[in-house]
Amino acid sequence: MAAAPESADSKGLIGWIDRRFPLTALWRSQVSEYYAPKNFNFWYYMGSLALFVLVNQLVTGIFLTMNYNPSAAGAFASVEYIMRDVNWGWLIRYLHSTGASAFFILVYLHMFRSLLYGSHRKPRELLWIFGCLLFLVLMAEGFMGYVLPWGNMSYWGAQVIVSLFGSLPVIGGGLVDWIRGDYVIADATLNRFFALHVAALPLALVFLVIAHLMALHEVGSNNPDGIEIKKHKGPDGHPLDGIPFHPYYTVKDLMGVMFFLVLFCGVIFFAPTFGGLFLESPNFGPANPLQTPPHIAPVWYFTPFYAMLRAVPSFAGTQVWGVLVLGASVLVLFFVPWLDRSPVASIRYRGPIYKLMLAIFVVAFITLGVCGLRPPAGIYPMLAKVCTILYFAFFLLMPWYTRFDSVKPVPERVTGHV
Amino acid sequence: MYKRWILIAVALLPAAIAVPVRPALAEEGEGALLRSGADINDTESLQRGARNFMNYCSGCHSLTYLRYNRMAEDLKIPESELTANLMFTSNKVFDGINSAMPQDAADWFGKQPPDLSLMARERGVDYIYSYMKGFYVDNTRPWGVNNMYLPGASMPHVLVELQGLQKPVFKNEPDASGSAHMVLAGVAPLTPGTMSPQEYDVFVRDIANFLDYAGEPVKAKRQSLGVFVTLFLLVGFVFAYLLKKEYWKDVH
Amino acid sequence: MNEEVDHSRRRLLTAATAGFGAVGVAFAAVPFISSWQPSARAKALGAPVSVDASKLEEGQMLKVVWRGQPVFVVRRSKAVVEQLGNHNDLLADPNSDDSLQPVYIKDSGPARARNPEYWVGLAVCTHLGCSPLGAFEPNNAFQVAGSDLGQNWPGGFYCPCHGSKYDISGRVFKSMPAPKNLTVPSYTFSGDARIVIGTDENPKTA
Repeated sequence: MAAAPESADSKGLIGWIDRRFPLTALWRSQVSEYYAPKNFNFWYYMGSLALFVLVNQLVTGIFLTMNYNPSAAGAFASVEYIMRDVNWGWLIRYLHSTGASAFFILVYLHMFRSLLYGSHRKPRELLWIFGCLLFLVLMAEGFMGYVLPWGNMSYWGAQVIVSLFGSLPVIGGGLVDWIRGDYVIADATLNRFFALHVAALPLALVFLVIAHLMALHEVGSNNPDGIEIKKHKGPDGHPLDGIPFHPYYTVKDLMGVMFFLVLFCGVIFFAPTFGGLFLESPNFGPANPLQTPPHIAPVWYFTPFYAMLRAVPSFAGTQVWGVLVLGASVLVLFFVPWLDRSPVASIRYRGPIYKLMLAIFVVAFITLGVCGLRPPAGIYPMLAKVCTILYFAFFLLMPWYTRFDSVKPVPERVTGHV
Repeated sequence: MYKRWILIAVALLPAAIAVPVRPALAEEGEGALLRSGADINDTESLQRGARNFMNYCSGCHSLTYLRYNRMAEDLKIPESELTANLMFTSNKVFDGINSAMPQDAADWFGKQPPDLSLMARERGVDYIYSYMKGFYVDNTRPWGVNNMYLPGASMPHVLVELQGLQKPVFKNEPDASGSAHMVLAGVAPLTPGTMSPQEYDVFVRDIANFLDYAGEPVKAKRQSLGVFVTLFLLVGFVFAYLLKKEYWKDVH
Repeated sequence: MNEEVDHSRRRLLTAATAGFGAVGVAFAAVPFISSWQPSARAKALGAPVSVDASKLEEGQMLKVVWRGQPVFVVRRSKAVVEQLGNHNDLLADPNSDDSLQPVYIKDSGPARARNPEYWVGLAVCTHLGCSPLGAFEPNNAFQVAGSDLGQNWPGGFYCPCHGSKYDISGRVFKSMPAPKNLTVPSYTFSGDARIVIGTDENPKTA
């Protein structure tokens, strides 16, 4: 990315900077002369919105850290201090809590887009892997963030999830003490989760986002038709079906951000707890090691995976199988680029089997989420077992059904209204 | 193209059916909660609730996260009235509302009377309203009363003079294994109090309303600010939309 | 590309959106910047402090804490108060022109007090912030820390850190390390000997 001679403008401040830093060169290569397919639809807003939410979390998180007290004795009271005594503290807190849930909604939709249009396929496998790593880090970040208010659900949620590691053979017991820094969830645990949540994991997220974008820009974006726009270039060397990111997608993503803000602020100002889904009611009481909430559930975005964990019964005297299934349910994502054997990328040109499997996958994932919110009684345990099988079937059977599915002819140029 | 929307609708079906999620409420005692009808925009109700709370509840229950002066400002109570009628301890106006209950009250009641600052956010305003209406006589309890909405409650019926006593109403119901046993279905009046049922209703609704306010003092202001913010953002969206449409004329 | 690009419309829309966006960003910035203002808790902790000086005898002093700082309350005899105007030539700022105190304190002359019987002031040396010692007996040159306060010592304060001397109204003597008189916060009397310190929003108004 060396500065082209003509970009080292001799005039003014920009020229001075360009002779010392590839500012204009970067702007051109990454934004104003970076060509993206012109047929991006609704599913293509999620990435830029997720970046917007990341910035929101970083800024509001920093301001929360200014007033938050990361000790078991003071954390809960410090959150109420922020909500009541700090000027506008309540707004900063709600921006952060709603942002966390919004982040997961956007990321789930963003990942789903890839399953729709084959954005995980060659040459974008590494892009997908960086995305999966981002998802893993984001889950850890969300989990630790939820512990920080030190409400009763924070405490007991941490207790349950950390004890999962205890089921691992041989290393389990020592591992749990090592994670906790104590023999129970305690001040030591809170302090280290604070350090990880505020410093270490955000750094990891930022670096992974940069890697994710670099991987994207290296190969260029996929599109709803799943075809490579670089195959057909015009006389100027740019893809015929491509348009420069700036001004077209800067302006379109701005519109996306504005609409997102209407929904986002609607939640913040009118329903910040979102019926107990974004801010859970039991967490408005302080951590009580002597009293578990009558009904422990993780925050909504973890419930599908929690349901899968609970769905697996214990065998041979150990619960470790549920933990392994939980781990596998996330790790299987990393392999999707190699599980997908279809000759075509986009669902628009795939046959009915894939469409059916994807529909089943979505229904199963959402149903698992509902099961995870409920206590394990009634039809929910059976439902969770069935849906766990369907979830894994989508991935593990993919090499076969994608190969044997029918395909439609793929166009040479992109389609759809623009 | 419409297939995609059908797919989404089908996918959301299980969520739509299952979503009424209120895990905290689902675990409560027998019976559904009563609707409180509390309205945090009713300032007079909040003022009465503050008065009721300070006179009947603050002896045992603190509201440690709510400052007196914040309450006076939000409820439009002049400071002179605040100090004269609502403050009974040595607290200053800028302090939190702390009760005079000592830390070893658990010895008297079996359980320390909890701080109520966040009770409305933890259990809901309807729970508080129902709870205050749910006491009934029960000779097996230390104070002679039990509560329909918190079985085994350690609290005496502080408002018994106002409401009077209630008796439990049992119903024969088969349980999960099919055998019938007596289940608490409701409460009915036993002896009258100094207030009529309607007056008592208003009295406890005001307290529940006040505790709803205490749980999140900024709520009313947050909602009114939200109207302005939403309108502002909608206008901003219109600008952004027009701008996008204009530039995208280039793209065919 | 069918139509001509209407550049003026684009410029207008871009400018309107950018302007609207700038207003939005300004609105959004307000909560964050405002969150740095002293919180309700800071205001509560910084609230006025009430002092009961009724048990103080003449020549005695008590210290209270207000906003994290020590404050002197000294009871002075009439004789001492009457002498206060006699050593203005020895003082660096006898009329408190360059020092910090409320208007009503400056206007009260050498007594520098609402009620001359009680002197109230911050126990913070204006040199580098040490807490001065009381040395209230006139003509008693060696009453603190073995230091020589000089002949005709009118009574006042002595800072042990670098030797600054103040009279009993907190006014600094000439040629001292300290540049200004001791600061006087805002205060009022509620009752004959009940002093409420810190009654104004901005107490340090000269």
